[in-house]
Amino acid sequence: MREFTTHEYDVLVIGAGGAGLRAAIEASGSGVTCGLICKSLLGKAHTVMAEGGMAAALGNVDDRDSWSTHFADTMRGGQYLNNWRMAELHAKESPDRVNELEAWGAVMDRTKDGKILQRNFGGHKYPRLAHVGDRTGLEMIRTLQDHGIHQGIKVHMEVTVVELLMEGGRVVGAFAYEREHGRFIVFKAKAVVMATGGIGRAFKITSNSWEYTGDGQALAYEAGADLIDMEFIQFHPTGMVWPPSVRGILVTEGVRGEGGILTNSEGRRFMFDDIPDAYTSSTSDNEEEGWRYVTGDKSARRPPELLTRDHVARCIVREVKEGRGSPHGGVFLDIAWIKEHIKDAEGHIKKKLPSMYHQFKELAGLDITKEPMEIGPTTHYVMGGIRVDAETQMSTVPGLFAAGECAAGLHGANRLGGNSLSDLVVFGKRAGEYATKYAKENSAGQINNDQVNKIANWAEAPFDRGDKAENPFTIQSDLQVMMQDKVGIVREENELNEALGELEKYKARAEHASADVNRDYNPGWHTALDLKNLLTVSEATARSALLRKESRGAHTRLDHPDKDEQEAKLNNVVRKGPDGAMQIERVPIPPIREDLAQIIEENK
Amino acid sequence: MPQVTFKVWRGNKDGGQFTDYQTDVTEGMVVLDAVHQIQAESAPDLACRWNCKAGKCGSCSAEVNGMPRLMCMTRMEDLPTDQPVTIEPMQAFPLIRDLVCDVSWNFEIKTKIKKFKPRKPDAEDGTWRMVQDDVDRVQEFRKCIECFLCQNVCHVLRDHHKHETFIGPRFIAYTAALEMHPLDTEDRLADLKDDNGLGYCNITKCCTKVCPEHITLTDNAIIPLKERVVDEYYDPIKKLFRMFKPKK
Repeated sequence: MREFTTHEYDVLVIGAGGAGLRAAIEASGSGVTCGLICKSLLGKAHTVMAEGGMAAALGNVDDRDSWSTHFADTMRGGQYLNNWRMAELHAKESPDRVNELEAWGAVMDRTKDGKILQRNFGGHKYPRLAHVGDRTGLEMIRTLQDHGIHQGIKVHMEVTVVELLMEGGRVVGAFAYEREHGRFIVFKAKAVVMATGGIGRAFKITSNSWEYTGDGQALAYEAGADLIDMEFIQFHPTGMVWPPSVRGILVTEGVRGEGGILTNSEGRRFMFDDIPDAYTSSTSDNEEEGWRYVTGDKSARRPPELLTRDHVARCIVREVKEGRGSPHGGVFLDIAWIKEHIKDAEGHIKKKLPSMYHQFKELAGLDITKEPMEIGPTTHYVMGGIRVDAETQMSTVPGLFAAGECAAGLHGANRLGGNSLSDLVVFGKRAGEYATKYAKENSAGQINNDQVNKIANWAEAPFDRGDKAENPFTIQSDLQVMMQDKVGIVREENELNEALGELEKYKARAEHASADVNRDYNPGWHTALDLKNLLTVSEATARSALLRKESRGAHTRLDHPDKDEQEAKLNNVVRKGPDGAMQIERVPIPPIREDLAQIIEENK
Repeated sequence: MPQVTFKVWRGNKDGGQFTDYQTDVTEGMVVLDAVHQIQAESAPDLACRWNCKAGKCGSCSAEVNGMPRLMCMTRMEDLPTDQPVTIEPMQAFPLIRDLVCDVSWNFEIKTKIKKFKPRKPDAEDGTWRMVQDDVDRVQEFRKCIECFLCQNVCHVLRDHHKHETFIGPRFIAYTAALEMHPLDTEDRLADLKDDNGLGYCNITKCCTKVCPEHITLTDNAIIPLKERVVDEYYDPIKKLFRMFKPKK
């Protein structure tokens, strides 16, 4: 066999955003050796982009809040496709995880009596999001990073995993390359935690960076793990639409939490026009009451702008389609209007939404304290991912754990804003804890040299494509356009079938993706290798979307516009078949525990 | 907008040169978009770091027309396009390739700074109470996105290469955030004075000027810490006190 640099750990964590860091902290603090792989530099993962806050029923602002209300909100938001046990654990454990961050040095905004301040967000009944202005994710990742570096975690920066290494059905390591010199590395590990984030780069309009090519989902799939709920992709309602180069960059839901309103070209607050049945009792039907809610009046119902993300995104698409959009194909998001109610509105906006002010001022030349923003939906988050056990976060592959966005179950058909950051720390901790337990109970496995050689050859293939060489950036960009058109916000059977046909052609094209023979920090080569994962998750999404013949949460079918009670009982599960082709199975959702069913009923 | 010429640094630690690329510039474009376009059109192996493309992660630091900037926040409309736009890597760190530097020194420095050590919780449930004013003060430093442009522009590092004895503005501000943290009980002043080289800074404020997060590094972090060190170690009356004070 060829010689490769080898590192050996008890627990190997792949991905260094909130979930990966939290898992690594847990493992390294429990007496096992832990390696942490970052695709970029440490502290740059997408957690850094999270703006609004971290949902936890602390009850600091409204003492009526409790874990049970948070649980019920999460289930309602997810249209009851959620893994209810995960939703329960998440609601119960997130307050401790938030307080723990403070013990590690996080500095969050305060209430008047000095506690952690909480803000309103879509789908949350009470103000629940602990936050730091609109840069909560930065605070979280930096806190975890600065705590983690004193824990003895070995950090491997700018390293990309290409394949999980297997012994029988169990994970025993990972094969990777480092960006700096393109050298291959073999990681041996007793347990592996996947925390690689999302799949946003499969779409043209996205808030995700180059890293989010579905690595965790696709590598787990190749290793034999089940993926679940892959049809549910969250299109965040508010991304920037102008100028073209910033299209897709996120505009935090916190803008609406602070009183921002959505209007169309006629100046109408169109969100009042369509309030779903499940939310009529909790949503205001007039502007005056909506404003009172935003300013903390506990008797008021929330404004319709704070309905769940799937619904708000659909309403925006409707306005644009029916010709009432903004000049560049979005709608207007207006926070400047609060000057009608607040004396120093300009100061207030700059204090509460500093990075939004900054972002629009510098990238669009627009002052959000004076003018409305133009916004439209952007690919943001995948609810689906690696199917895990609720308690342990272990996937269906022994020794392989997953947490954060690349794992699935907590969010069901639609994620509530603020539930992601809390997801990362709640289940990051659990994954770290149970991966450690697994590592202590199992000895190191044997690396299969044939597998290593085969994958090394595959990874070097782009250097030598011969005549049919194709630019990997072109393939990726074409794929993104196709996925946006045919598997995007609104879907129908014909287009999904077309997409599946197209994907076969892209698989063939990816075989010709080529790179200059230069192993040092070569983005063309890396893009060529990322294509495989991108194609796997694209296919999983298209197949799952084709099979779900209803509209629910983030999945909208033009040809099946309504909810279907039979579909509501099933999750779609994708796995690699014995013949290498993708298989899809419909799995009934386990019956919910009686006490949890009652909580849902009481909160209806 | 027309085609614009970009002079991009291509090379590695052994040397390199500016290479000219032409690409179309459209409305609202930033320098990072141009680099991506050049990658996609003519130089797929052009090395460049980036992530968020929204000024939040601090990955795409470089020098554009000689000015240290985040490429994702530098709009083409703000640059003269009748002459070539030069893009080169940061100068205070070793080059890996093209626009990518080895910034690992920064990550090593941070591990040497004493970690956060909170006081006992204020409430029985293990939580603390803080007032917003105290929080605001440290949040200014905690806004830092670790782009290392302040390190890049600091002459103590850039020109005098004092990487062994000076931690640079980023980590002075990091220390300030810890020292001014309402809950912290650790003392880092001796380290600042001795190992971390706080005295090297002669407050030229270059770091403050280039900070994309507009953190007032010099006035709010460096100078107050210098004052604390002076109070602690160079105040004659305190020195007298210390002579009689039992050692901790």
